[in-house]
Amino acid sequence: MGLLYFSGVAVLVVVGFLFGRSRAALAERTEPLHSRPNYHGAFVALSILIPMVLLFAIGVPIANHVTETEALNAYDPQIAGDQLRRGAVLRDIVALANERYAGQPSEALRRAADTYASLRAWSIYLIICGGIVFALLGIAFSLRTLSARFRARNRVEAVVKWTLFAAACVAVLTTIGIVASVVFETIRFFDRVSPIDFLFGLHWSPQTAIRADQGGSSGSFGIVPLVTGTLLITVIAMLIAGPIGLFAAIYMAEYATPRFRNFAKPVLEILAGIPTVVLGFFAALTLAPLIRASGEALGLNVASESALAAGIVMGMMIIPFVSSLSDDVINAVPQSLRDGSYAMGATKSETIKKVVLPAAFGGIVSAFMLAISRAVGETMIVVMAAGLAGNLTFNPLEAVTTFTVQIKTILVGDQEFDSAKTLSAFALGFVLFFFTLTLNVIALQIVKRYREQYD
Amino acid sequence: MNTMVKVSDIVPAAEAHAPEHGTKVVARDVNVYYGEKRALFDVSLDIPARSVMALIGPSGCGKSTFLRCLNRMNDTIPIARVTGRIEIDGRDIHSADLDVVQLRANVGMVFQKPNPFPKSIYENVAYGPRIHGLARSKSELDGVVESSLRRAGLWEEVKDRLGDSGTGLSGGQQQRLCIARAIAVSPEVILMDEPCSALDPIATAKIEELMDELRENYTIVIVTHSMQQAARVSQRTAFFHLGILVETGPTEKIFTNPSDKKTQDYITGRFG
Amino acid sequence: MTDAVLPGFRSLDLASDAAKARIRARYRSEARFRFYGLFAVGLTAAFVLIVLADILIRGLPAFTQHWLQLEVMVDPTEIDPKGTRNPADLRGGDYQLLVRNALRAQFPEVADRAGRRALDSLLSSASADALRDRVVADPALIGRTIKLPLLMSDQADLYYKGFGTRIDQRPGRGALTPSGTSGEIVLTGSSNDFAPYLNATKQALSERARNLRREAGRLRAIVGQLEARRSSAGEAERAGLTGNIETLTQRIKDLDGDAAALQARFDAVSGEETLDDRLPSQLVAINGGLVKLTRIGSSSATGTVLLPLQSAAEAPGGTWQSVTYLTPEGSRRVTDREVAWLERLKENGQATRTFNWAFFTSGDSREPELAGIRGALVGSALTLLVTLVLCLPVGIAAAIYLEEFAPKNRLTELIEVNINNLAAVPSIVFGLLGLAMFLNFFGLPRSAPLVGGLVLALLVLPTIIIAGRAALKAVPPSIKEAALGVGASHQQAIFHHVLPLAMPGIMTGTIIGMAHALGETAPLLMIGMVAFIVEPARSITDAATVLPVQIYLWSDLPEIAFQAKTAAAIIVLLVFLFVMNGAAIYLRKRFERRW
Repeated sequence: MGLLYFSGVAVLVVVGFLFGRSRAALAERTEPLHSRPNYHGAFVALSILIPMVLLFAIGVPIANHVTETEALNAYDPQIAGDQLRRGAVLRDIVALANERYAGQPSEALRRAADTYASLRAWSIYLIICGGIVFALLGIAFSLRTLSARFRARNRVEAVVKWTLFAAACVAVLTTIGIVASVVFETIRFFDRVSPIDFLFGLHWSPQTAIRADQGGSSGSFGIVPLVTGTLLITVIAMLIAGPIGLFAAIYMAEYATPRFRNFAKPVLEILAGIPTVVLGFFAALTLAPLIRASGEALGLNVASESALAAGIVMGMMIIPFVSSLSDDVINAVPQSLRDGSYAMGATKSETIKKVVLPAAFGGIVSAFMLAISRAVGETMIVVMAAGLAGNLTFNPLEAVTTFTVQIKTILVGDQEFDSAKTLSAFALGFVLFFFTLTLNVIALQIVKRYREQYD
Repeated sequence: MNTMVKVSDIVPAAEAHAPEHGTKVVARDVNVYYGEKRALFDVSLDIPARSVMALIGPSGCGKSTFLRCLNRMNDTIPIARVTGRIEIDGRDIHSADLDVVQLRANVGMVFQKPNPFPKSIYENVAYGPRIHGLARSKSELDGVVESSLRRAGLWEEVKDRLGDSGTGLSGGQQQRLCIARAIAVSPEVILMDEPCSALDPIATAKIEELMDELRENYTIVIVTHSMQQAARVSQRTAFFHLGILVETGPTEKIFTNPSDKKTQDYITGRFG
Repeated sequence: MTDAVLPGFRSLDLASDAAKARIRARYRSEARFRFYGLFAVGLTAAFVLIVLADILIRGLPAFTQHWLQLEVMVDPTEIDPKGTRNPADLRGGDYQLLVRNALRAQFPEVADRAGRRALDSLLSSASADALRDRVVADPALIGRTIKLPLLMSDQADLYYKGFGTRIDQRPGRGALTPSGTSGEIVLTGSSNDFAPYLNATKQALSERARNLRREAGRLRAIVGQLEARRSSAGEAERAGLTGNIETLTQRIKDLDGDAAALQARFDAVSGEETLDDRLPSQLVAINGGLVKLTRIGSSSATGTVLLPLQSAAEAPGGTWQSVTYLTPEGSRRVTDREVAWLERLKENGQATRTFNWAFFTSGDSREPELAGIRGALVGSALTLLVTLVLCLPVGIAAAIYLEEFAPKNRLTELIEVNINNLAAVPSIVFGLLGLAMFLNFFGLPRSAPLVGGLVLALLVLPTIIIAGRAALKAVPPSIKEAALGVGASHQQAIFHHVLPLAMPGIMTGTIIGMAHALGETAPLLMIGMVAFIVEPARSITDAATVLPVQIYLWSDLPEIAFQAKTAAAIIVLLVFLFVMNGAAIYLRKRFERRW
């Protein structure tokens, strides 16, 4: 249906374009044109395209809604209130209407499928006819408007500009979409579990709340263990990525010869380009057993999914992140400050430690904040190498779990419809999103101020 | 214009006027290369102690390059290469036993654009004494900071806000702060690379006044674009052109009766 | 240097020892600092190398596959009892049985059920597929014996790839006489050929006893701690502690007992010792057969025949071999008997190794030897296609708007802040968006490349917009001014002159964004692209999986063979990523322009 409609749109648009252009070329013989014939063609094409696309975008959801509602009514008028059954029945209706239903359909189902099929045929017919009418109206409108002195280019350019603006707004829509996705489900979650229990509870075990009588009141939705787990892994990661990334950046910016940089930069870029699922595989299958074995050799009891393994690999993952951001801010420190320090008789390291790093301090702090936000939001490494149980511990040799692991665990696979458990994942997403967003906003603000300082 | 002057013709002329305090810096056959490009050609120059020596010439003539040779700042540019001999008080600054770090502590430098560190005024001045271990106690350091700021003529203006950031000062104050920073390690030579080019006339006048005072205790070499400034502050002047030291001598002589036609053309504004 | 020091200043002291020491210390600290930097870079490089090497070592074996060359009798009674030669009937025949019979014919001595099952397990459960296809295509083969390669099971395949045991072979010195050719036999030797093995066995027993005693010692220390705690604990805790202490004490007693028994065996001077599966397996290859030893003395041994002997004649020194499977049977997946069979098949030249094309041409499977990445590759391609189609035009349009048309107002600022922040939102949050909006709200199909592509498009859009803006900004304004100067409209100047010049930069950013999308996993898990997909998706609304998700799914599976497959899939993914990034670097270098 969509394919048919849009091939029709395409044909009409091309025809309209050619028609408008040739008419303008014809008119040009008698009178000079304001706009080139191509713009006349484009104006006709747009007069067809815009109404037809709008019709489709508005008409199809309405038609679908009407079709589904009527079909369900034909099946059982009471069904509309029952969300769960509604979905299942609708699937059966659609399957039957498409003749892909396995088994013997009931009489009611058959009736509903017939309604569905006939309404669907009607709506397709209506939309296509409507499209043709709109196209004709568009042509009529554009032909009446077009004349030699008509400023077709300005009109077309206005449409282009609005299209560009719409594209730029996609980013805003995405943010709104994210906020809407997490906020509504989180509000529904807080209907079941009190925010106090959620934020300050010391136990996290959403699985136990599957039974209806348990609801959310059992207090198994406390995120403190997740916060400490996330924190523990992030701290380990930053202890590794912070110094290594910063020193690597200092070396690359201040000491390295161009030849060395030509070798080392790609290494960092390769590391930055390795997908986290690959690093997770390395953490889970190589590093974790190694840590466990060496721990045992020292007589330590190491969990097979220790926070240490996940933290180390995550630290390695964010090294290129820290180093490239720090490299940027170190390079932004004006050479004149270094010269001033050298001229005082300072050595290179004294200059770096006492002049360059203090001058770049704000930028480095924001680089670290962005890195932390990256570590907190990282999923695959912890999913593969960290544990599932919400242990409240700061021992890096034990298994801990994180926000992202829990979101993934709850939402992947079969979900119970509308249960507190499923909703809790969105609440976790909410916390994660706003935490990282706050860090990012602050960090980007610092970077901005820092840039202005040295521009 | 087309008479090529050999450097060796100029040098004896410079030595005809013996300086009051003897010669502080001696440069012989100094050449600088930036990669393939040669920036200085066999420059030989004597700089007398406790006086101001001005280096003048059109842009790109090598005067700043020569200045940066005197405290080996060219070492910080990877492609730069320096040959020839430079002595300060008879010691070769390129010799293995003289460390570049020590050299720079002895030969301070003030740059074209004021470049105070983004730290407090106090920390800016204390930086040098700290890294060289020149103050044994906090009170001693306080003393050094105060006398440096006094010598730079900045003390009265900043004594109540030593903890404020050095970057918050006005341009002229910043430049005087940089001078205070340089003299805090008690150098013997101070190099100034167009120190007033970023400043307004009033601030410039203050710096020039300061130079005149500092001349009593330090040897100052200043690169300047402004011939008036050279005439005002310096006792001796050297004129560079296209990497060659064309002429040097007492400032008065250079400005009134230059022996080279190119110098004359330059100071009368025919080119530059 | 001669000048007098001014009042209030301390002159720089150059000559004294203290000053020299200070300079030396400063330079040492300089060198140290520099070394830290170099060390940090080196550590990072080492990590990259270790990860890549680890993946390569794990993954490369999965690119080959072992086949067993067997002569199979295509028995009409099993596959076409009615003799119709009808393809539909032929398809239903039990080809697996034919294949198994062919293998059993190689080892006729295996008669017991367990043994036959073990023998069957050397072949893949899909090994007969090739035979069936050949027979259906050419019914004339029925009744004939044909030689063809058969797919081996993952276990057999892994054994040949070195995941079994190392084998040590030494010729026997003295003569050795077997007491029979099959079943339990006694081997009697003329010299002390077994003495070193007996000795090694005894040493191993003693080592084991030592380990048990050490463990017992460790438990005793714990008991000591618990007792100390019990004496100061409250009533409730005391009961629990007592229980623990009792359990541990019992365990210590058992350990001590076992250790004493082992020690007694070590100390005994008796000439015989029993072998078990925690010791390297000792075997004897004699008279064309193979005997696994169960008890050894210094000159004679008792054992089970794994491969039958041709005769029970005395084998003179040098004609028989003593064979050791160094990895104990208990620590590997293949039994001694299977090792014996596999080694025999290898000696016969029946095991061959080929490049594993099936890895690229088949979909996912529960059997490691059958699993391939075709489904994932198709899924990734479709998903990336959707992503590219969506985010390239939108990204370029947004970049042009923000760089060239946007007025300086709060809305523009909002959009810019938004884009910068979106670039740093965790990817799993985009998965939540996909789940809540695209699946639950708009009702798009689960697990489909369409939704995956949508989510990834939103994810990489900020990257493309930022790269696009940078590329547009790099075009000098003089170009635009020149176009405006000859009377072009603002849009004409941009679309005809600025955009073409910025295109290489935009493409570079897009490729990097696509590479990022190709490696992204978490958001796709959220929208259900974790389904078990055998058949590759045929449209963007079919259920599909993508390469990184396939890697994640395989990495969770317990079979060792899947670990190799996972690493191999990672290699394929990394090759794609390197090619894409290489292309981006090439583009950047090729079209780099200095204005």
